[in-house]
Amino acid sequence: MDFLNALVLLTNFIFVPALNYGSQLALGAIGVTLIYGVLRFANFAYGDLMAFGTMVVILITWKLQSIGIHLGPLPTALIALPFGIIAAILISLILDKVVFEYYRIKKSPPVTLIVVSLGVMFVLNGIIRIIIGTADRKFFDGQKFLMKAKQFKEITGLNEGLAIKSTQLLTIVVTIICALLLFWFLDKTKTGKSMRAYSNNEDLALLSGIDPNRVVMITWIIAATLATIAGTLYGLDKSFKPFTYFNNLLPIFAATIVGGIGNPIGAFFGGFVVAFAEISLTYAYKKFFIYILPESMEPTGLVQLLSIDYKFAVSFSILIIVLIFRPNGIFKGKVI
Amino acid sequence: MFFSALNLTGGYGSVDIIHSCSFEVNKGEIVSILGPNGAGKSTAMKAMLGMLTLSKGEIEIDGKDISKLNTQNRVKLGISFVPQTKNVFTEMTVQENLEMGGFLRDSSYLETIEEIFELFPILNEKKNQIVGELSGGQRQQVAIGRALMTKPSVLMLDEPTAGVSPIVMDELFEHILKIKEKNVAILMVEQNARQALKVSDRGYVLVMGENKYSGSGKDLLNDPEVRRSFLGG
Repeated sequence: MDFLNALVLLTNFIFVPALNYGSQLALGAIGVTLIYGVLRFANFAYGDLMAFGTMVVILITWKLQSIGIHLGPLPTALIALPFGIIAAILISLILDKVVFEYYRIKKSPPVTLIVVSLGVMFVLNGIIRIIIGTADRKFFDGQKFLMKAKQFKEITGLNEGLAIKSTQLLTIVVTIICALLLFWFLDKTKTGKSMRAYSNNEDLALLSGIDPNRVVMITWIIAATLATIAGTLYGLDKSFKPFTYFNNLLPIFAATIVGGIGNPIGAFFGGFVVAFAEISLTYAYKKFFIYILPESMEPTGLVQLLSIDYKFAVSFSILIIVLIFRPNGIFKGKVI
Repeated sequence: MFFSALNLTGGYGSVDIIHSCSFEVNKGEIVSILGPNGAGKSTAMKAMLGMLTLSKGEIEIDGKDISKLNTQNRVKLGISFVPQTKNVFTEMTVQENLEMGGFLRDSSYLETIEEIFELFPILNEKKNQIVGELSGGQRQQVAIGRALMTKPSVLMLDEPTAGVSPIVMDELFEHILKIKEKNVAILMVEQNARQALKVSDRGYVLVMGENKYSGSGKDLLNDPEVRRSFLGG
């Protein structure tokens, strides 16, 4: 019984949250890795692109809620999501046209483009704060829990509860669908293959008649779509605050590097690696040990490796460790 | 002549690397461009492909002036190019490499893939393998196969046998002879001068960016001057 309790405890506080958080990071990391693969720079404005798409989703969700449109048990934000995606695609294409294209034609080195993307990041940052403000926004509605901790205890008779939020299931399902669709697209369609070809060997792609402008456009469209979906899922699950989205850039970059930058499948798994590391290293295991150890060996402290405040240190450490020992990522990929 | 490049002068930036070089090739003919390191062989080929700006010179294919076209439009008119390095998509399969070569074509490219598999049977065997995992000689076959996917009338090869063993080199030259039989005009830059001249109908020897000698493969092989300077006696 104690063993089962311990297992439920870990599932509830580590496994489910990490799967959920990992999904959000995975979507973001795929977007960053695609931009790196095709446009050849690490896009620091990606966190704010996520925030921008999510902001549009929130504004439209509020509007829908105020005129009484709801999706029943599902969040209303799902109706608003396509509009957010379109807005994010438009701003990405506009930014590419007025900012990034110039440096691409000039064949500027990646480091210049990184600094340019920092500039874009600050601008987007400002625009978002002007429109929606800096405060914490909640836009979730619908049914909150699929299973409450109390219900679980009643059904199983265990001491520990397992709560599953509807947003968690939604996040995981949507992430898997998006990832499968994207991998199919890259692997099987002519356009997807041309993107991989362009990413692999730009000059030869041009010699083969692949249109670079089209490849770049499709990359932005996919990246902006993923950014908005990831941002909205994150916001539904927690809350929307422009600053948190900027902060999420670090774990997303870590996930990208873990998977091997430029490698979408690697980025997908990298998201989960980072999420599991972050959550399992900052969890206090006291209760877990009370369940599995005999009374005489019970811990007195919290048995927490790192305080929650240091969760970004985990991402950062992963980033550095991977860059030192496996700069190609744990999967095959390009070296920066 | 089916393809001609006359009096090409140009280089990178303001420094001219090639001076009034001329090359001609007919369909079903192999023509080699030879010469010491730094003679401008690759530069001359890039000039014919529109990869650098020329200050002088006319390039014609089938009587049509293409001097002002960019590389991609020259490719559309039937010129195909195999670069010396980075000439395959290393992270894609053999089949995908060929598909990318036929990117601009309609669904008839599938037949061309079959033709290329006939020409290079090893590629058929390895068609689902990632090209980065193939040997140098096999990679080179993928590179040439990719270039043939556009059904070119002029095929340009930049040092197709660089860095492969002598046995593989002979094999590659044999493949190039087979492509010639398909009535393709083949222009190649080569370091392995002696072997290249043996399979070539004609050759040009470039020295300091100028056409120094030209003639049939046999004549150049027997020319004492050429032998002494480039073929090692």
